[in-house]
Amino acid sequence: MAAAPFMFFLLATVSVVAAIGMLVARSPVYSALWLVLNLFCVAGLYLTMNATFIGVIQILVYAGAIMVLFLFVIMLLNLDALPQLEEIDWGMVAGFVLGVVVLSQLLYVIASGFDLPMEAMGASAETGSAESLGIALYTRYALHVEVAAVLLLAATVGAVMLAQKRFE
Amino acid sequence: MDLSQAFSTMAADLPAIFSMSVVTVAGLVMILQESLSENDRPIPWIGVGALAVAVVWELVHLGDPAGTAFFESIRTGGFASYINLIVLGSGIVTIILSVPYLDHIKHAYGEVYAMIMFATVGMLMLGTANSLVSIFVGLETMSVCLYVLTGLIREDEGSVESALKYFLLGAFSTGFFLYGIALMYGATGTMYLPEMQGAVPEGSIMFWAGVALFLIGFLFKVSAAPFHMWTPDVYQGAPTPLTGYMSTASKAAAFASLILVLFYALPDERWSLVLSAVALVTMIIGNVLAVSQDNVKRMLAYSSIAHAGYVLVALAAGTTEAYAGAMFYLLIYAIMNLGAFGVMAMLEWDGKEGRVQSLDSLAGIGHEKPLLGVAMGVFMFSLTGFPPLGGFMGKYAVFAPAVDAGLTWLVLIGVLMSAISAYYYLRVVVVFWLADAEDTPEAQAASRSFVFAGIPVKATIALCAVALVVLGVYSGGLLEMTFGFFEEGMMAATP
Repeated sequence: MAAAPFMFFLLATVSVVAAIGMLVARSPVYSALWLVLNLFCVAGLYLTMNATFIGVIQILVYAGAIMVLFLFVIMLLNLDALPQLEEIDWGMVAGFVLGVVVLSQLLYVIASGFDLPMEAMGASAETGSAESLGIALYTRYALHVEVAAVLLLAATVGAVMLAQKRFE
Repeated sequence: MDLSQAFSTMAADLPAIFSMSVVTVAGLVMILQESLSENDRPIPWIGVGALAVAVVWELVHLGDPAGTAFFESIRTGGFASYINLIVLGSGIVTIILSVPYLDHIKHAYGEVYAMIMFATVGMLMLGTANSLVSIFVGLETMSVCLYVLTGLIREDEGSVESALKYFLLGAFSTGFFLYGIALMYGATGTMYLPEMQGAVPEGSIMFWAGVALFLIGFLFKVSAAPFHMWTPDVYQGAPTPLTGYMSTASKAAAFASLILVLFYALPDERWSLVLSAVALVTMIIGNVLAVSQDNVKRMLAYSSIAHAGYVLVALAAGTTEAYAGAMFYLLIYAIMNLGAFGVMAMLEWDGKEGRVQSLDSLAGIGHEKPLLGVAMGVFMFSLTGFPPLGGFMGKYAVFAPAVDAGLTWLVLIGVLMSAISAYYYLRVVVVFWLADAEDTPEAQAASRSFVFAGIPVKATIALCAVALVVLGVYSGGLLEMTFGFFEEGMMAATP
């Protein structure tokens, strides 16, 4: 039973650390890799809450497609800033993992000391499935989906319009 | 949820999104026309036609009782029709003014008009939102289109600067906004505004932190201080008629949405002080900084900050009369500003979307172009709040309820600031009419190759000016009508 809250603290700590790492990293490529770690942790958080579909989509779309695009852009624009390959310092990695685990344990203890609610929302396996998500999207949120489609179309058309070469 | 039943419910709700659907379909048709046909001429007029149809529809439904549609996603009835009318009307005026302007600067692409239509769709959703999801989707649809429109003149560095600034800061504020929504949802377990009020746990820090972030996002969009920094640069660098659209329709929709949030979800006294402080700072910053501006577009940008402050005075008062006054003010403000930006669009000669030319370079222009000069005079006097023009009635409508609510000190500052604003508004009138072009070196140096203002443009600008005079003399049942939106029963939480 205690595994779920602990998983939350572990993933949350790693994602916060990764977010900070993304901000302070000197090289844009390292920043992007930190962001990948952050996105994976968030996907893990979704999984612990039984939102399996969103968790998988998070990895596929964000960590997969969008991050590849980011790296593409970085490589295209910023060749000078690419980092030199270094030997991975396994001691550092081990230290990072241990530190994060201990930190999340401490946070867990502190949080229980403050009487914060530790139970996840009562989400069963069905609520996170693609089927229930689809039903909600196309009934309760149907109008929002339609307007979001307009948003995406506008963004595409706008980007193409601004990128065109017909400006003289 | 039973699917077939859900679909029949939605089919029955379709009239509620009539305007949204018409505008969307027209936008799609415009894009197809642009890409498939060589003839771009009809594109803006398709848009004007569709918007006019939607205007007629909303006018017919102005007296409807309040309700919700699409599983309580959006509100229907008088309030929704009223704000939709402001947005749709601004859209029509903007498109008519843009046609000769964009021809003149050789950026008359069909997609521009389609983007205006899509932005309108977002505003229609934002102004009638009944849940936080609707607010967010509407706001983003509107914003993305506006980012693109701001950067339209890509070869001019001022336009690119303003678009990039708007985009980056806008994305940043969206982050705040979304985080706020997440916290509010986490604390209450509901996205629907009317349910939120009852669902706030006692002493929940999470909820109030969420509301604070949420308000930051909103205050950014309505350019209230201290989140106003982007406004002057963005307004100055964007194509002028589209700046008018940005400063009127998007603000009207965002304010309407904020009023819905305050009315339903946060009818709490504690917001009064926060909003009063923001209103105070906004009015002072907007008015004081506008005084020293030499460029009319930049001056109007600061003036729009100041006017956001006046509306916030009403929101700080938080009474039914104050909300009604704010809704009335939004209409007046939309007419004044669309007109003022429209005139400036027609008086542009620098080929850099008017961000370089100074006010003095337009010395004596009133004698040369009497219609634009007179109309500008009406807009400037109205923005100052001179009786008997619409601006006076609007200011009265927001300030009087604030006095009743005990915010006399705030109203005093507001009136004082309006007095300061007389200086920079009337300076425009003085330069337009009383200054002599022969005596002004800057006017001599100006090339003065203006946009050719045809009949539709002149008619539109004249109509705005006449509407201000009429609304000032006889605001008729409008104020009573806006008041009616907020009465018990009309705004029933759930149908």
